[in-house]
Amino acid sequence: MLDLAPPYRLPAAAGVGYKARHFSGLMEDPGPVRWVEIHAENYMGAGGRPLAQLRAIAERMPVSVHGVGLSIGGERPLDRDHLSRLRHLLDWLNPASFSEHLAWSTHDTGFLNDLLPLPYTAATLARVSDHIGEVQDRLGRRMLLENPSTYLAFAESDMDEVTFLSEIARRTGCGLLLDVNNVFVSATNQNWNPRTYIDAFPLEAVGEIHLGGHDEDEDEHGAPLLIDSHGREVVDPVWTLYAHTIARGGPRPTLIEWDTDVPDWPTLRAEAARAAELLSPVEA
Amino acid sequence: MTGQTAFAAALLDPQTSPPPGLTDPEGRPAGRRFDVYRNNVSASLSDALATGFPVIEKLVGRDFFRAMAGVFLRAHPPEDPRLQLWGGRFPGFLAGFEPVAQLPYLPDIARLELGLRQSYHAADVAPLPLEGRAPADVLELRPRLAPATLILASRFPVLSIWLRNTTEPHLVPPRRPETVLITRPGYDPVPHALPRGGHTFARHLKGRLTLAEAVTATQAIDPEADMPAILTLFLSSGALTLDASHTPEGA
Repeated sequence: MLDLAPPYRLPAAAGVGYKARHFSGLMEDPGPVRWVEIHAENYMGAGGRPLAQLRAIAERMPVSVHGVGLSIGGERPLDRDHLSRLRHLLDWLNPASFSEHLAWSTHDTGFLNDLLPLPYTAATLARVSDHIGEVQDRLGRRMLLENPSTYLAFAESDMDEVTFLSEIARRTGCGLLLDVNNVFVSATNQNWNPRTYIDAFPLEAVGEIHLGGHDEDEDEHGAPLLIDSHGREVVDPVWTLYAHTIARGGPRPTLIEWDTDVPDWPTLRAEAARAAELLSPVEA
Repeated sequence: MTGQTAFAAALLDPQTSPPPGLTDPEGRPAGRRFDVYRNNVSASLSDALATGFPVIEKLVGRDFFRAMAGVFLRAHPPEDPRLQLWGGRFPGFLAGFEPVAQLPYLPDIARLELGLRQSYHAADVAPLPLEGRAPADVLELRPRLAPATLILASRFPVLSIWLRNTTEPHLVPPRRPETVLITRPGYDPVPHALPRGGHTFARHLKGRLTLAEAVTATQAIDPEADMPAILTLFLSSGALTLDASHTPEGA
């Protein structure tokens, strides 16, 4: 049976994207970190240290499983073998949440290891909704779908991203994962207003928030081009946008993502503490 | 071509223009914005390959490795999202990649690095229960190779080259072939030099002999097999188990 309970089993507190090098820090001195998120694909081996660490962490705190390889936006059918592997991991771990991306990453050439963009059209909406329905059926649980960072636009798009995501949540019953840094990156790159985006977003469907750092570049015309690198601190305008988001929608489980140039544990914990401070005075 | 077919083709071929219909906010062609995706694909996959083959990267140098990774990832992109499995074709690719033809041991170094990674992710099993057992009783055990145990035979001093480029920078590789036994006593795989006869011994254990039977069978094939060294290594390195739950016939 499909579990139709709202996917809000993570605490409305700060979490971090888990890195093996932080195992001791997390276990011995978690500070305000109340939960962690793992990338599903890194835990699909048969055994060894990755699964042993995950088992130990899961005994201490809730875990969120975040997939990066389902290619939900792909034109090809979903990879059933990969769905089976996901189901195996989720059944073993029984995580508090499962999430994936509004993106595609696999094509006939193979797995491209990036979150590639989609045109926002009725055809894409139908395909992505079908895929999410299949994912939720095969995994036996609701999922959260994350808004992407985008660097370009499709001339054929005929609806905005918030309308597209709202309609997917309505059609499929999935929850949403709101990456506030992605909103800031995409809004800058696409010349949208990030506050207007947040104010239109269906925050009642949001089961988790992501925050991360980005890099600054510019395109060949001198326009700002932000890159979602997850390689540094969250910038102040993103913290401000986050504060606005939880003031409007209430507290949500909030994750710090730091995946490249990974810092030491105290630095990552300090980023999580900043999210925890902003979360604490917000009334549910 | 569908949208994603054209998009994927242009991602992997920097000589082609981005597909039409991709724009900046002003409606101009995407240009550098498309290059962000190109760079993400190449850089992330090159990083993944370097993570899996650090000694190859050290032997050929970082810049050369990145350029070579660019060729490899276009010829053999990952077949599924489990990047920890990617690179099985890298040794064969190296064997045929003309610019590294003067380094004929590279494919075997890559096989060793693949083996270490495979061992790292292999299933956990209980080690051989040796405590309190008399040596004669130990020899009557009928163990299996643990899932994390692998053997790699090479024409080259593959382990010495690997050690020189990791933990023993002053080691001078001998001019002789080496066979490597990879075991995982805890969570970290360890490569060992396999003494003479060790490979034959392991094959007999796979045939479900007792340790004593495997010793006899190995000596029958190779009278110069170094049995004390072989037994010491196999019994002290976590190579063996009685746990059949992860073998094909036991699963």
